[in-house]
Amino acid sequence: MTAGTGTEQLIEVAYLVATALFILSLKWMSSPATARRGVRAGELGMLLAVGGTLLHHGIVDYKWIAVALVLGVIIGVPLGRVQMTAVPQRTALSHAFGALCVTLVGTAEFYLRAPDVSRFMMAVLSAEVILGSLTFTGSLMAAGKLQEVLPQRPITYKGQNVVNLALLAVAIGVAVYLVFRPEHTRLFPAIVGIPLVFGVLMIIPIGGADMPTVISLLNSYAGLSAAAMGFVLDSKLLIIAGALDGASGFILSVNMSKAMNRSFSNVLFGAFGQEQAAGASAPQARSVRSATPEEAATILAAANKVVIVPGYGMAVAQAQHKVRELYDALTRRGVDVKFGIHPVAGRMPGHMNVLLAEADIPYDKLLDMDEINGDFPQTDVALVIGANDVTNPSARNDAASPIYGMPILDVDRARTVMVIKRSMAAGFAGIDNPVYYLDKTLMLFGDARSFVGAIVRELAGGQG
Amino acid sequence: MKLDLLTSLYVFMLGAFIGFEVIRRVSPLLHTPLMSLTNALDAIAVIGAIILVGERKSALSTVLGTIAIVAATSNLVGGFVITDRMLKMFRSSGPKKP
Repeated sequence: MTAGTGTEQLIEVAYLVATALFILSLKWMSSPATARRGVRAGELGMLLAVGGTLLHHGIVDYKWIAVALVLGVIIGVPLGRVQMTAVPQRTALSHAFGALCVTLVGTAEFYLRAPDVSRFMMAVLSAEVILGSLTFTGSLMAAGKLQEVLPQRPITYKGQNVVNLALLAVAIGVAVYLVFRPEHTRLFPAIVGIPLVFGVLMIIPIGGADMPTVISLLNSYAGLSAAAMGFVLDSKLLIIAGALDGASGFILSVNMSKAMNRSFSNVLFGAFGQEQAAGASAPQARSVRSATPEEAATILAAANKVVIVPGYGMAVAQAQHKVRELYDALTRRGVDVKFGIHPVAGRMPGHMNVLLAEADIPYDKLLDMDEINGDFPQTDVALVIGANDVTNPSARNDAASPIYGMPILDVDRARTVMVIKRSMAAGFAGIDNPVYYLDKTLMLFGDARSFVGAIVRELAGGQG
Repeated sequence: MKLDLLTSLYVFMLGAFIGFEVIRRVSPLLHTPLMSLTNALDAIAVIGAIILVGERKSALSTVLGTIAIVAATSNLVGGFVITDRMLKMFRSSGPKKP
């Protein structure tokens, strides 16, 4: 790899520096104060690596490279400028693009090298294209569901898991055969084609609320396939970038599954919504207390400490800017307002934080579950906006509940709980939430955005 | 060849360990920009595609490589742009207090 010429050595040094910059880039992401420096480091590393690569002595033709780079920029810029509410589907789409790149390069490399492919090379090539192609279609499906061009509800049928696992097993079987008999090049399309189908089938049974885990898992696959490509091309830079991405996706997937108290296999093969619907008790005819915006405003204005718990419902209703107005109105009155954010609130890890930051709420008011839970007993009002299962105390104290063991936000420990909700319909898991029937709970029925807007108007009126 | 392979495995192992240690420390606050940033960094796969297209070894490799460059470059550019936009929005309450 390292030819004796000066240019080749220069390229290797550029790669080495780029690798260090990539690691620093992720290190600086640890705090919002240094995070933008992290982006700069990443960009500089990328510039060095791509610039160095263009000097590579083997490159004899720049025409198509130039065309492709320009096209990539033309497509990439609008993808970087999407609305913040579209970030989950944009992320899924970029997993798909990354996986597409890896799969195409792997395919080209195979046909360039075949039939003279060593066993190890064939093994990593197989890993590259299998992971790459299933991530490609899987991510496209996830993006389609998030963009709501595909049905969000899980589609299940009898024997689904058997069909999926059998498909994957066939693809791996063919790959193993190719490792020992790479001269059978006609079999190669199978280890691209079968995983492409598997990727679609894998996402079909997955519902919207499982998206945070699925996106993280696809992120991890995309990273691992890039690392495999690094083995194929003997590029240490690519191996490390892929390992970093794979580790990141893996950590996020573990966080997400922990936050839902479920295993990976349960997310991928469980089709949660479907399975639990039968077990859920019919909504009981228990009575709830409801309140008007005036009453809610009076209670909030009298509070010292308020914790707002946002969920995906807030994003759907586009209520985050009204929530900011509420935050401002209460803060002006001297009320201490914080936000309690469950790890799986929204459609991807950190989704709520981005939406609230866009609405200009300072990030030091956004606390994650472990930070905020100790505060609820001293909290006057917990205001739940568009969240349900993540506040369900059955997860803590009802061993028969399907979500038993899932970590939740302990809103029921606050002095008063207010829940903004369209109706009494059950949440994603189809489970009734006992919080709604507590004496200290007030149900605020209506659209999240208009209801919060009405509270804000009441607060302004009361003050003037 | 055999030695290269072993070195690559070492590199992968160390890269994964560093990844775990560094990313474990990222605040949950920034998990969305983290994912878009790692996505952009992952687009480093473009270097493989660039060499593939530039070497012009076969028609197939040129066609597949060109599409691969487009896909990776759009991730690279889009990923950095959106990550920076998101991070710009994260403000501390300190200077904003009225």
